[in-house]
Amino acid sequence: MRQPVRYFHSVRLEEEKCKGCTSCLKRCPTEAIRIRNNRATIIRESCIDCGECIRVCPHHAKVAVTDPLSVINSFEYKIALPAPALYVQFPQVHHADKIIAALYKLGFDEVFEVARAAEVISYAISRTLINEDRPRPVISSACPAVVRLIQQKYPSLLDNVIDIVSPMEAAARIAKEEFSKKHGVALDKIGAFFISPCAAKLSDVRQPIGIEKSSVDGVIAIKDVFTQLQAHVKGPFTPLEIDRASTVGVRWALPSGEAEAVGMRHTLCVDGIDNVKHALEQIENNRFDRLDYVELLACANGCLGGPLTVENGYVAKSRMNAILRHTPDRMIQKTEIFDNAHEKFRMTEELEPNNAQQLTGTMLERLVKAARIEEIEAGMPGLDCGSCGSPTCRALAMDIVNGHASEMNCIFKLNERISTLAGEMVSLGASTRFSVGGNRDDMSGAEKQADEKE
Amino acid sequence: MTMIKETYPVKAGDMTAAGDVSARIKRQMKQLGIPASVVRRVSVGTYEAEINLVIHSEGGRIDFSISPEKITIRVVDQGPGIPDLKKAMTEGWSTATNEVRNMGFGAGMGLPNMKRNADEFTIESTVGVGTDITMSFNI
Repeated sequence: MRQPVRYFHSVRLEEEKCKGCTSCLKRCPTEAIRIRNNRATIIRESCIDCGECIRVCPHHAKVAVTDPLSVINSFEYKIALPAPALYVQFPQVHHADKIIAALYKLGFDEVFEVARAAEVISYAISRTLINEDRPRPVISSACPAVVRLIQQKYPSLLDNVIDIVSPMEAAARIAKEEFSKKHGVALDKIGAFFISPCAAKLSDVRQPIGIEKSSVDGVIAIKDVFTQLQAHVKGPFTPLEIDRASTVGVRWALPSGEAEAVGMRHTLCVDGIDNVKHALEQIENNRFDRLDYVELLACANGCLGGPLTVENGYVAKSRMNAILRHTPDRMIQKTEIFDNAHEKFRMTEELEPNNAQQLTGTMLERLVKAARIEEIEAGMPGLDCGSCGSPTCRALAMDIVNGHASEMNCIFKLNERISTLAGEMVSLGASTRFSVGGNRDDMSGAEKQADEKE
Repeated sequence: MTMIKETYPVKAGDMTAAGDVSARIKRQMKQLGIPASVVRRVSVGTYEAEINLVIHSEGGRIDFSISPEKITIRVVDQGPGIPDLKKAMTEGWSTATNEVRNMGFGAGMGLPNMKRNADEFTIESTVGVGTDITMSFNI
Protein backbone atom coordinates (compact mmCIF):
# COMPACT_ATOMS: atom_id res chain seq x y z
CA MET A 1 0.00 0.00 0.00
CA ARG A 2 1.09 3.53 -0.73
CA GLN A 3 2.35 5.22 2.41
CA PRO A 4 0.92 8.71 2.61
CA VAL A 5 3.33 11.48 3.58
CA ARG A 6 2.30 12.21 7.14
CA TYR A 7 1.12 15.74 7.65
CA PHE A 8 2.06 17.40 4.40
CA HIS A 9 1.27 21.10 4.78
CA SER A 10 0.98 23.84 2.22
CA VAL A 11 1.01 26.48 4.95
CA ARG A 12 4.63 27.19 5.92
CA LEU A 13 6.74 29.68 7.81
CA GLU A 14 9.47 31.73 6.18
CA GLU A 15 11.67 31.91 9.26
CA GLU A 16 13.79 34.89 8.35
CA LYS A 17 10.68 37.08 8.02
CA CYS A 18 9.17 36.02 11.36
CA LYS A 19 9.57 38.52 14.20
CA GLY A 20 8.08 36.23 16.82
CA CYS A 21 5.04 38.48 17.40
CA THR A 22 1.81 36.88 18.58
CA SER A 23 -0.47 37.74 15.63
CA CYS A 24 -0.70 34.24 14.22
CA LEU A 25 -0.48 32.59 17.62
CA LYS A 26 -3.67 34.26 18.74
CA ARG A 27 -5.63 33.64 15.53
CA CYS A 28 -4.91 29.97 14.86
CA PRO A 29 -8.23 28.12 15.23
CA THR A 30 -6.62 24.85 16.32
CA GLU A 31 -3.92 26.39 18.54
CA ALA A 32 -1.31 24.85 16.25
CA ILE A 33 1.27 27.63 16.62
CA ARG A 34 3.84 28.26 19.35
CA ILE A 35 6.46 30.99 19.56
CA ARG A 36 9.75 29.43 20.61
CA ASN A 37 13.15 31.15 20.48
CA ASN A 38 11.51 34.29 19.03
CA ARG A 39 10.11 32.44 16.02
CA ALA A 40 6.75 30.91 15.27
CA THR A 41 6.63 27.17 14.84
CA ILE A 42 3.69 25.27 13.39
CA ILE A 43 2.70 22.03 15.10
CA ARG A 44 2.34 19.86 12.03
CA GLU A 45 -0.08 17.40 13.58
CA SER A 46 -2.57 20.15 14.45
CA CYS A 47 -2.39 22.51 11.45
CA ILE A 48 -5.47 22.31 9.19
CA ASP A 49 -4.07 24.60 6.45
CA CYS A 50 -6.93 27.07 6.82
CA GLY A 51 -4.62 29.99 6.02
CA GLU A 52 -5.76 32.27 8.87
CA CYS A 53 -2.11 32.88 9.83
CA ILE A 54 -1.29 33.89 6.24
CA ARG A 55 -4.02 36.51 6.41
CA VAL A 56 -2.99 37.99 9.75
CA CYS A 57 0.82 37.92 9.62
CA PRO A 58 1.97 41.56 9.37
CA HIS A 59 5.40 40.46 8.13
CA HIS A 60 4.14 38.04 5.48
CA ALA A 61 6.18 35.28 7.08
CA LYS A 62 3.36 32.76 6.66
CA VAL A 63 3.00 31.50 3.13
CA ALA A 64 1.12 28.81 1.24
CA VAL A 65 3.27 26.60 -0.90
CA THR A 66 1.65 25.77 -4.24
CA ASP A 67 2.96 24.50 -7.55
CA PRO A 68 4.48 26.92 -10.08
CA LEU A 69 2.83 27.14 -13.51
CA SER A 70 5.79 25.22 -14.94
CA VAL A 71 4.50 22.08 -13.18
CA ILE A 72 2.19 21.55 -16.16
CA ASN A 73 5.17 20.74 -18.37
CA SER A 74 5.65 17.40 -16.68
CA PHE A 75 2.65 16.10 -18.65
CA GLU A 76 2.17 15.75 -22.38
CA TYR A 77 -1.44 16.96 -22.21
CA LYS A 78 -2.44 19.66 -19.76
CA ILE A 79 -5.91 20.44 -18.46
CA ALA A 80 -6.71 23.54 -16.37
CA LEU A 81 -9.38 23.16 -13.69
CA PRO A 82 -10.31 26.74 -12.76
CA ALA A 83 -12.21 27.27 -9.52
CA PRO A 84 -15.19 29.55 -10.16
CA ALA A 85 -13.54 32.02 -7.78
CA LEU A 86 -11.09 32.79 -10.60
CA TYR A 87 -13.87 34.42 -12.64
CA VAL A 88 -14.29 37.36 -10.28
CA GLN A 89 -10.64 38.37 -9.91
CA PHE A 90 -10.47 40.75 -12.88
CA PRO A 91 -11.95 44.26 -12.73
CA GLN A 92 -14.37 44.99 -15.58
CA VAL A 93 -14.35 41.43 -16.86
CA HIS A 94 -17.91 40.12 -16.75
CA HIS A 95 -17.64 37.10 -19.02
CA ALA A 96 -16.07 33.97 -17.59
CA ASP A 97 -15.51 32.87 -21.21
CA LYS A 98 -12.77 35.48 -21.56
CA ILE A 99 -10.92 34.06 -18.56
CA ILE A 100 -11.34 30.50 -19.79
CA ALA A 101 -9.98 31.55 -23.20
CA ALA A 102 -7.01 33.19 -21.49
CA LEU A 103 -6.19 29.92 -19.72
CA TYR A 104 -5.70 28.21 -23.10
CA LYS A 105 -3.14 30.91 -23.91
CA LEU A 106 -1.12 29.98 -20.82
CA GLY A 107 -0.39 26.62 -22.42
CA PHE A 108 -3.29 24.42 -21.41
CA ASP A 109 -4.74 22.04 -24.02
CA GLU A 110 -8.11 21.95 -22.34
CA VAL A 111 -10.03 23.85 -19.69
CA PHE A 112 -12.61 22.05 -17.57
CA GLU A 113 -14.55 24.26 -15.19
CA VAL A 114 -14.65 22.95 -11.63
CA ALA A 115 -18.12 24.51 -11.59
CA ARG A 116 -19.24 21.81 -14.06
CA ALA A 117 -18.14 19.14 -11.61
CA ALA A 118 -19.87 21.08 -8.84
CA GLU A 119 -23.15 20.45 -10.67
CA VAL A 120 -22.45 16.74 -10.73
CA ILE A 121 -21.48 16.73 -7.05
CA SER A 122 -24.60 18.71 -6.11
CA TYR A 123 -26.65 16.00 -7.78
CA ALA A 124 -24.68 13.21 -6.06
CA ILE A 125 -25.17 14.81 -2.63
CA SER A 126 -28.82 15.43 -3.23
CA ARG A 127 -29.40 11.80 -4.31
CA THR A 128 -27.59 10.55 -1.20
CA LEU A 129 -29.60 12.79 1.11
CA ILE A 130 -32.90 11.72 -0.40
CA ASN A 131 -32.17 8.00 -0.58
CA GLU A 132 -30.15 7.35 2.54
CA ASP A 133 -30.83 7.91 6.20
CA ARG A 134 -27.92 10.01 7.45
CA PRO A 135 -27.48 11.72 10.83
CA ARG A 136 -28.78 15.29 10.48
CA PRO A 137 -27.58 17.79 9.67
CA VAL A 138 -25.41 16.40 6.90
CA ILE A 139 -22.24 18.49 6.69
CA SER A 140 -20.55 19.46 3.41
CA SER A 141 -17.12 17.96 2.75
CA ALA A 142 -16.11 20.54 0.14
CA CYS A 143 -13.93 22.75 2.38
CA PRO A 144 -10.84 20.70 3.29
CA ALA A 145 -9.92 22.94 6.23
CA VAL A 146 -13.35 22.36 7.75
CA VAL A 147 -13.11 18.58 7.33
CA ARG A 148 -9.69 18.62 9.04
CA LEU A 149 -11.11 20.82 11.80
CA ILE A 150 -13.88 18.28 12.39
CA GLN A 151 -11.37 15.39 12.44
CA GLN A 152 -9.47 17.14 15.18
CA LYS A 153 -11.97 19.08 17.29
CA TYR A 154 -15.38 17.55 16.54
CA PRO A 155 -14.76 13.85 15.82
CA SER A 156 -18.28 12.92 16.98
CA LEU A 157 -19.54 14.72 13.87
CA LEU A 158 -17.47 12.75 11.34
CA ASP A 159 -20.53 10.59 10.56
CA ASN A 160 -22.41 13.73 9.56
CA VAL A 161 -19.84 14.67 6.90
CA ILE A 162 -21.06 13.75 3.41
CA ASP A 163 -18.87 11.02 1.91
CA ILE A 164 -18.81 12.47 -1.58
CA VAL A 165 -15.56 13.85 -3.07
CA SER A 166 -15.05 17.57 -3.71
CA PRO A 167 -15.89 19.22 -7.05
CA MET A 168 -12.12 19.68 -7.64
CA GLU A 169 -11.52 15.93 -7.41
CA ALA A 170 -14.55 15.10 -9.55
CA ALA A 171 -13.45 17.70 -12.13
CA ALA A 172 -10.03 16.07 -12.50
CA ARG A 173 -11.57 12.64 -13.05
CA ILE A 174 -14.27 13.74 -15.52
CA ALA A 175 -11.91 16.05 -17.43
CA LYS A 176 -9.22 13.38 -17.88
CA GLU A 177 -11.78 10.80 -19.00
CA GLU A 178 -13.39 13.19 -21.49
CA PHE A 179 -10.02 14.24 -22.89
CA SER A 180 -8.77 10.70 -23.15
CA LYS A 181 -11.88 9.61 -25.07
CA LYS A 182 -11.99 12.65 -27.32
CA HIS A 183 -8.33 12.54 -28.35
CA GLY A 184 -7.61 8.85 -27.90
CA VAL A 185 -4.67 9.37 -25.54
CA ALA A 186 -3.70 7.38 -22.44
CA LEU A 187 -4.92 8.74 -19.09
CA ASP A 188 -1.42 8.80 -17.61
CA LYS A 189 -0.26 11.27 -20.25
CA ILE A 190 -2.87 13.80 -19.11
CA GLY A 191 -2.22 16.17 -16.20
CA ALA A 192 -5.05 18.07 -14.45
CA PHE A 193 -4.19 21.27 -12.58
CA PHE A 194 -6.44 23.10 -10.15
CA ILE A 195 -6.33 26.92 -10.32
CA SER A 196 -6.88 27.55 -6.64
CA PRO A 197 -8.09 30.31 -4.31
CA CYS A 198 -7.40 27.98 -1.38
CA ALA A 199 -4.32 27.20 0.71
CA ALA A 200 -5.68 23.88 1.93
CA LYS A 201 -6.18 22.36 -1.52
CA LEU A 202 -2.54 21.43 -2.11
CA SER A 203 -2.50 19.48 1.15
CA ASP A 204 -5.81 17.99 0.10
CA VAL A 205 -4.19 16.76 -3.13
CA ARG A 206 -0.92 15.53 -1.62
CA GLN A 207 -2.50 13.97 1.42
CA PRO A 208 -6.14 13.41 0.53
CA ILE A 209 -8.89 12.60 3.01
CA GLY A 210 -11.59 10.10 2.08
CA ILE A 211 -9.78 8.81 -0.99
CA GLU A 212 -6.50 6.97 -1.46
CA LYS A 213 -5.02 9.09 -4.23
CA SER A 214 -6.09 12.36 -5.82
CA SER A 215 -6.50 12.64 -9.60
CA VAL A 216 -5.34 16.25 -9.44
CA ASP A 217 -1.70 16.55 -10.55
CA GLY A 218 -0.93 20.04 -9.36
CA VAL A 219 -2.38 23.07 -7.56
CA ILE A 220 -1.57 26.51 -8.92
CA ALA A 221 -2.43 29.63 -6.90
CA ILE A 222 -4.77 32.15 -8.55
CA LYS A 223 -2.38 34.91 -7.48
CA ASP A 224 0.50 33.24 -9.31
CA VAL A 225 -1.25 33.26 -12.70
CA PHE A 226 -3.22 36.48 -12.24
CA THR A 227 -0.79 38.82 -14.02
CA GLN A 228 -0.31 36.53 -17.00
CA LEU A 229 -4.05 35.99 -17.32
CA GLN A 230 -4.78 39.68 -17.04
CA ALA A 231 -2.72 40.33 -20.15
CA HIS A 232 -5.07 38.04 -22.11
CA VAL A 233 -8.51 38.87 -20.71
CA LYS A 234 -8.72 42.39 -22.15
CA GLY A 235 -9.58 41.41 -25.71
CA PRO A 236 -13.04 41.23 -27.32
CA PHE A 237 -15.46 38.52 -26.25
CA THR A 238 -15.99 35.50 -28.47
CA PRO A 239 -18.16 32.68 -27.12
CA LEU A 240 -16.26 29.44 -26.55
CA GLU A 241 -17.20 26.19 -28.15
CA ILE A 242 -16.91 24.11 -25.02
CA ASP A 243 -19.50 22.86 -22.55
CA ARG A 244 -19.93 25.62 -20.01
CA ALA A 245 -21.02 25.38 -16.42
CA SER A 246 -24.36 26.93 -15.51
CA THR A 247 -25.11 29.33 -12.67
CA VAL A 248 -25.85 26.28 -10.48
CA GLY A 249 -22.17 25.29 -10.53
CA VAL A 250 -20.62 28.75 -10.67
CA ARG A 251 -22.60 29.83 -7.62
CA TRP A 252 -20.66 27.28 -5.56
CA ALA A 253 -17.99 29.98 -5.25
CA LEU A 254 -20.45 32.06 -3.21
CA PRO A 255 -21.45 31.25 0.36
CA SER A 256 -24.76 29.32 0.24
CA GLY A 257 -24.20 28.41 -3.42
CA GLU A 258 -23.56 24.79 -2.56
CA ALA A 259 -26.51 24.54 -0.16
CA GLU A 260 -28.79 26.00 -2.84
CA ALA A 261 -27.47 23.65 -5.51
CA VAL A 262 -28.03 20.62 -3.28
CA GLY A 263 -31.61 21.77 -3.08
CA MET A 264 -32.68 20.52 0.34
CA ARG A 265 -35.39 22.33 2.21
CA HIS A 266 -33.65 23.21 5.47
CA THR A 267 -30.10 24.37 4.87
CA LEU A 268 -27.62 26.69 6.49
CA CYS A 269 -24.36 28.24 5.34
CA VAL A 270 -21.73 29.51 7.77
CA ASP A 271 -18.51 31.21 6.63
CA GLY A 272 -15.42 32.31 8.58
CA ILE A 273 -13.51 29.85 10.75
CA ASP A 274 -14.66 31.21 14.13
CA ASN A 275 -18.29 31.13 13.04
CA VAL A 276 -17.75 27.61 11.74
CA LYS A 277 -16.38 26.49 15.13
CA HIS A 278 -19.38 28.01 16.85
CA ALA A 279 -21.75 26.23 14.47
CA LEU A 280 -19.98 22.90 15.03
CA GLU A 281 -20.33 23.34 18.80
CA GLN A 282 -24.04 23.90 18.30
CA ILE A 283 -24.38 20.86 16.04
CA GLU A 284 -22.66 18.79 18.74
CA ASN A 285 -25.23 20.05 21.24
CA ASN A 286 -28.03 18.88 18.90
CA ARG A 287 -29.15 22.45 18.37
CA PHE A 288 -29.21 22.16 14.56
CA ASP A 289 -30.81 18.73 14.28
CA ARG A 290 -33.75 20.04 12.27
CA LEU A 291 -31.46 21.11 9.43
CA ASP A 292 -30.87 18.83 6.45
CA TYR A 293 -27.65 20.22 5.09
CA VAL A 294 -24.99 22.54 6.45
CA GLU A 295 -22.37 24.22 4.29
CA LEU A 296 -19.37 25.29 6.35
CA LEU A 297 -16.64 27.45 4.84
CA ALA A 298 -13.37 28.23 6.63
CA CYS A 299 -12.88 31.57 4.87
CA ALA A 300 -15.12 34.62 5.29
CA ASN A 301 -16.93 34.98 1.94
CA GLY A 302 -16.20 31.32 1.24
CA CYS A 303 -13.82 30.48 -1.58
CA LEU A 304 -13.98 34.09 -2.79
CA GLY A 305 -12.16 35.02 0.42
CA GLY A 306 -9.47 32.38 -0.05
CA PRO A 307 -5.91 33.43 0.88
CA LEU A 308 -4.60 32.77 -2.65
CA THR A 309 -7.03 35.16 -4.35
CA VAL A 310 -6.13 38.64 -5.55
CA GLU A 311 -9.40 40.55 -5.29
CA ASN A 312 -10.98 41.60 -2.01
CA GLY A 313 -13.56 38.97 -1.04
CA TYR A 314 -16.43 41.45 -0.73
CA VAL A 315 -15.69 43.07 -4.08
CA ALA A 316 -15.43 39.60 -5.61
CA LYS A 317 -18.82 38.70 -4.16
CA SER A 318 -20.52 41.67 -5.75
CA ARG A 319 -18.75 41.12 -9.07
CA MET A 320 -20.11 37.59 -9.10
CA ASN A 321 -23.57 39.01 -9.89
CA ALA A 322 -22.27 40.35 -13.21
CA ILE A 323 -20.54 37.06 -14.02
CA LEU A 324 -23.73 35.13 -13.23
CA ARG A 325 -25.76 37.34 -15.60
CA HIS A 326 -23.51 36.13 -18.41
CA THR A 327 -23.61 32.47 -17.40
CA PRO A 328 -26.16 29.97 -18.74
CA ASP A 329 -28.88 29.56 -16.12
CA ARG A 330 -29.69 26.00 -17.11
CA MET A 331 -27.41 23.02 -16.94
CA ILE A 332 -26.24 22.19 -20.42
CA GLN A 333 -23.94 19.27 -19.67
CA LYS A 334 -24.46 15.83 -21.19
CA THR A 335 -26.67 13.72 -18.96
CA GLU A 336 -24.29 10.75 -18.91
CA ILE A 337 -21.93 12.74 -16.69
CA PHE A 338 -24.60 12.53 -14.00
CA ASP A 339 -25.15 8.79 -14.36
CA ASN A 340 -24.54 7.03 -11.10
CA ALA A 341 -22.65 10.07 -9.77
CA HIS A 342 -23.62 9.30 -6.17
CA GLU A 343 -21.76 5.97 -6.44
CA LYS A 344 -18.94 7.06 -8.74
CA PHE A 345 -17.89 10.00 -6.60
CA ARG A 346 -18.31 8.38 -3.21
CA MET A 347 -15.32 8.49 -0.86
CA THR A 348 -13.55 5.17 -0.45
CA GLU A 349 -11.72 5.72 2.83
CA GLU A 350 -13.15 6.33 6.28
CA LEU A 351 -12.70 9.81 7.79
CA GLU A 352 -10.52 9.17 10.84
CA PRO A 353 -10.37 11.34 13.97
CA ASN A 354 -7.12 13.23 14.54
CA ASN A 355 -6.03 12.83 18.16
CA ALA A 356 -3.10 15.27 17.97
CA GLN A 357 -4.30 17.46 20.82
CA GLN A 358 -5.36 14.75 23.21
CA LEU A 359 -3.44 13.78 26.30
CA THR A 360 -1.62 10.47 26.02
CA GLY A 361 -1.23 7.47 28.32
CA THR A 362 -3.75 5.26 30.10
CA MET A 363 -7.04 6.77 31.21
CA LEU A 364 -5.62 7.11 34.71
CA GLU A 365 -2.47 8.84 33.49
CA ARG A 366 -4.53 11.18 31.33
CA LEU A 367 -6.72 12.07 34.30
CA VAL A 368 -3.65 12.83 36.41
CA LYS A 369 -2.32 15.07 33.63
CA ALA A 370 -5.70 16.80 33.23
CA ALA A 371 -5.88 17.46 36.96
CA ARG A 372 -2.38 18.93 36.83
CA ILE A 373 -3.37 21.15 33.87
CA GLU A 374 -6.34 22.48 35.86
CA GLU A 375 -4.09 23.16 38.81
CA ILE A 376 -1.45 25.00 36.76
CA GLU A 377 -4.08 26.98 34.86
CA ALA A 378 -5.69 28.09 38.12
CA GLY A 379 -2.36 29.64 39.14
CA MET A 380 -1.96 31.55 35.86
CA PRO A 381 -3.02 35.19 35.40
CA GLY A 382 -5.69 34.16 32.87
CA LEU A 383 -4.91 37.00 30.47
CA ASP A 384 -4.21 34.71 27.51
CA CYS A 385 -1.64 37.30 26.41
CA GLY A 386 0.52 34.90 24.43
CA SER A 387 3.80 36.35 25.75
CA CYS A 388 4.86 32.89 26.90
CA GLY A 389 4.65 31.64 23.33
CA SER A 390 1.54 29.53 23.88
CA PRO A 391 -1.81 30.92 22.72
CA THR A 392 -3.65 30.75 26.06
CA CYS A 393 -2.87 30.13 29.72
CA ARG A 394 -4.56 26.76 29.37
CA ALA A 395 -2.45 25.88 26.34
CA LEU A 396 0.68 26.78 28.32
CA ALA A 397 -0.52 24.56 31.17
CA MET A 398 -0.91 21.72 28.69
CA ASP A 399 2.53 22.43 27.18
CA ILE A 400 4.06 22.31 30.67
CA VAL A 401 2.39 18.99 31.48
CA ASN A 402 3.53 17.58 28.14
CA GLY A 403 7.09 18.73 28.92
CA HIS A 404 7.33 21.36 26.18
CA ALA A 405 7.43 24.47 28.37
CA SER A 406 7.99 25.59 31.94
CA GLU A 407 5.99 27.78 34.26
CA MET A 408 8.74 30.42 33.95
CA ASN A 409 7.70 30.96 30.31
CA CYS A 410 4.86 33.02 31.80
CA ILE A 411 6.21 36.54 32.24
CA PHE A 412 3.89 37.17 35.19
CA LYS A 413 5.06 34.01 36.93
CA LEU A 414 8.65 34.99 36.15
CA ASN A 415 8.05 38.46 37.54
CA GLU A 416 6.59 36.98 40.71
CA ARG A 417 9.60 34.71 41.06
CA ILE A 418 12.03 37.58 40.51
CA SER A 419 10.31 39.69 43.17
CA THR A 420 10.41 36.77 45.59
CA LEU A 421 14.08 36.19 44.86
CA ALA A 422 14.85 39.93 45.15
CA GLY A 423 13.05 39.97 48.49
CA GLU A 424 15.06 37.01 49.65
CA MET A 425 18.29 38.72 48.52
CA VAL A 426 17.42 41.84 50.48
CA SER A 427 16.66 39.91 53.63
CA LEU A 428 19.75 37.78 53.07
CA GLY A 429 21.82 40.99 52.70
CA ALA A 430 20.26 42.41 55.83
CA SER A 431 20.93 39.27 57.83
CA THR A 432 24.57 39.00 56.71
CA ARG A 433 25.18 42.67 57.65
CA PHE A 434 24.42 42.04 61.25
CA SER A 435 26.01 38.65 61.38
CA VAL A 436 29.38 38.17 63.00
CA GLY A 437 32.35 38.68 60.68
CA GLY A 438 30.28 40.01 57.74
CA ASN A 439 32.60 40.50 54.79
CA ARG A 440 32.37 44.06 53.44
CA ASP A 441 33.54 42.94 49.98
CA ASP A 442 30.39 40.90 49.57
CA MET A 443 28.16 43.97 49.81
CA SER A 444 26.75 45.65 46.77
CA GLY A 445 27.98 49.09 45.80
CA ALA A 446 24.83 50.76 47.06
CA GLU A 447 25.06 49.11 50.40
CA LYS A 448 28.73 50.04 50.71
CA GLN A 449 27.88 53.69 50.04
CA ALA A 450 25.07 53.60 52.57
CA ASP A 451 27.46 52.00 55.03
CA GLU A 452 30.15 54.57 54.45
CA LYS A 453 27.72 57.47 55.03
CA GLU A 454 26.90 56.01 58.41
CA MET B 1 -11.95 7.03 42.52
CA THR B 2 -12.81 10.52 41.31
CA MET B 3 -9.88 12.29 39.73
CA ILE B 4 -11.30 15.58 38.60
CA LYS B 5 -14.12 17.46 40.22
CA GLU B 6 -15.08 20.93 39.17
CA THR B 7 -17.90 23.25 40.02
CA TYR B 8 -19.22 25.91 37.70
CA PRO B 9 -21.83 28.47 38.71
CA VAL B 10 -24.63 29.25 36.24
CA LYS B 11 -26.49 32.56 36.40
CA ALA B 12 -30.24 32.77 35.86
CA GLY B 13 -31.40 34.69 32.80
CA ASP B 14 -27.97 35.27 31.28
CA MET B 15 -28.52 34.02 27.73
CA THR B 16 -25.20 35.41 26.47
CA ALA B 17 -23.24 33.09 28.73
CA ALA B 18 -25.57 30.11 28.22
CA GLY B 19 -23.49 27.25 26.87
CA ASP B 20 -20.14 28.37 28.33
CA VAL B 21 -20.08 25.70 31.03
CA SER B 22 -21.04 22.85 28.73
CA ALA B 23 -18.44 24.07 26.20
CA ARG B 24 -15.77 24.00 28.90
CA ILE B 25 -16.73 20.52 30.04
CA LYS B 26 -16.76 19.36 26.43
CA ARG B 27 -13.25 20.73 25.83
CA GLN B 28 -12.01 18.99 28.95
CA MET B 29 -13.46 15.65 27.80
CA LYS B 30 -11.97 15.99 24.31
CA GLN B 31 -8.54 16.74 25.71
CA LEU B 32 -8.84 13.62 27.86
CA GLY B 33 -9.61 11.52 24.79
CA ILE B 34 -13.04 10.38 26.02
CA PRO B 35 -14.71 8.41 23.18
CA ALA B 36 -16.54 10.72 20.75
CA SER B 37 -19.92 9.05 21.31
CA VAL B 38 -19.70 9.61 25.08
CA VAL B 39 -18.56 13.23 24.58
CA ARG B 40 -21.60 13.76 22.40
CA ARG B 41 -24.07 12.39 24.95
CA VAL B 42 -22.53 14.29 27.87
CA SER B 43 -22.48 17.48 25.76
CA VAL B 44 -26.15 17.24 24.85
CA GLY B 45 -27.16 16.44 28.44
CA THR B 46 -25.03 19.18 29.98
CA TYR B 47 -26.08 21.78 27.43
CA GLU B 48 -29.78 21.06 28.06
CA ALA B 49 -29.18 21.29 31.81
CA GLU B 50 -27.31 24.56 31.48
CA ILE B 51 -30.03 26.09 29.31
CA ASN B 52 -32.63 24.94 31.86
CA LEU B 53 -30.71 26.65 34.65
CA VAL B 54 -30.55 29.88 32.66
CA ILE B 55 -34.20 29.83 31.53
CA HIS B 56 -36.12 28.25 34.41
CA SER B 57 -34.07 28.43 37.60
CA GLU B 58 -33.12 31.16 40.00
CA GLY B 59 -29.47 30.27 39.43
CA GLY B 60 -27.45 27.23 40.30
CA ARG B 61 -24.35 25.24 39.56
CA ILE B 62 -23.06 22.35 37.50
CA ASP B 63 -20.62 19.87 39.03
CA PHE B 64 -18.48 17.87 36.66
CA SER B 65 -16.59 14.88 37.96
CA ILE B 66 -14.78 12.16 36.21
CA SER B 67 -13.17 8.87 37.17
CA PRO B 68 -11.56 6.30 34.85
CA GLU B 69 -14.95 4.54 34.58
CA LYS B 70 -17.55 7.26 34.45
CA ILE B 71 -18.49 10.88 34.09
CA THR B 72 -20.98 12.42 36.48
CA ILE B 73 -22.82 15.69 35.95
CA ARG B 74 -24.77 17.08 38.87
CA VAL B 75 -27.02 20.06 38.35
CA VAL B 76 -28.29 21.85 41.43
CA ASP B 77 -30.38 25.01 41.49
CA GLN B 78 -31.80 27.30 44.17
CA GLY B 79 -35.39 27.09 43.00
CA PRO B 80 -38.15 27.49 42.16
CA GLY B 81 -38.58 23.70 41.98
CA ILE B 82 -40.81 21.71 39.65
CA PRO B 83 -44.43 21.21 40.91
CA ASP B 84 -45.25 18.22 38.68
CA LEU B 85 -42.20 16.15 37.85
CA LYS B 86 -44.12 13.61 35.81
CA LYS B 87 -45.44 16.30 33.49
CA ALA B 88 -42.01 17.94 33.24
CA MET B 89 -40.52 14.65 32.11
CA THR B 90 -43.04 14.40 29.25
CA GLU B 91 -41.70 15.21 25.80
CA GLY B 92 -43.06 18.50 24.48
CA TRP B 93 -44.30 19.78 27.84
CA SER B 94 -42.79 23.17 28.63
CA THR B 95 -43.42 26.24 30.73
CA ALA B 96 -41.02 28.40 28.72
CA THR B 97 -42.15 31.91 27.77
CA ASN B 98 -42.78 32.96 24.18
CA GLU B 99 -39.63 35.07 24.30
CA VAL B 100 -37.54 32.02 25.10
CA ARG B 101 -39.35 29.93 22.48
CA ASN B 102 -38.61 32.58 19.89
CA MET B 103 -34.93 31.98 20.55
CA GLY B 104 -35.41 28.34 19.62
CA PHE B 105 -35.49 26.97 23.15
CA GLY B 106 -38.29 25.71 25.35
CA ALA B 107 -39.45 22.88 23.08
CA GLY B 108 -40.12 20.72 26.12
CA MET B 109 -37.34 18.32 25.27
CA GLY B 110 -34.83 19.39 27.93
CA LEU B 111 -35.41 16.86 30.71
CA PRO B 112 -36.42 13.97 28.40
CA ASN B 113 -33.25 14.63 26.36
CA MET B 114 -31.09 14.53 29.49
CA LYS B 115 -32.66 11.26 30.56
CA ARG B 116 -32.30 9.73 27.12
CA ASN B 117 -28.61 10.63 26.79
CA ALA B 118 -27.49 9.61 30.28
CA ASP B 119 -26.79 6.05 31.39
CA GLU B 120 -28.23 6.88 34.80
CA PHE B 121 -30.54 9.77 35.55
CA THR B 122 -32.04 10.89 38.84
CA ILE B 123 -34.07 13.99 39.57
CA GLU B 124 -35.41 15.38 42.81
CA SER B 125 -37.34 18.58 43.09
CA THR B 126 -39.04 20.45 45.90
CA VAL B 127 -41.09 23.57 45.23
CA GLY B 128 -39.57 26.51 47.05
CA VAL B 129 -36.26 24.70 47.52
CA GLY B 130 -34.90 23.65 44.15
CA THR B 131 -34.07 20.87 41.76
CA ASP B 132 -31.19 18.41 41.96
CA ILE B 133 -30.34 16.32 38.90
CA THR B 134 -27.61 13.74 38.55
CA MET B 135 -26.63 12.27 35.20
CA SER B 136 -23.93 9.67 34.87
CA PHE B 137 -22.29 8.33 31.74
CA ASN B 138 -20.17 5.18 31.47
CA ILE B 139 -16.89 5.66 29.66
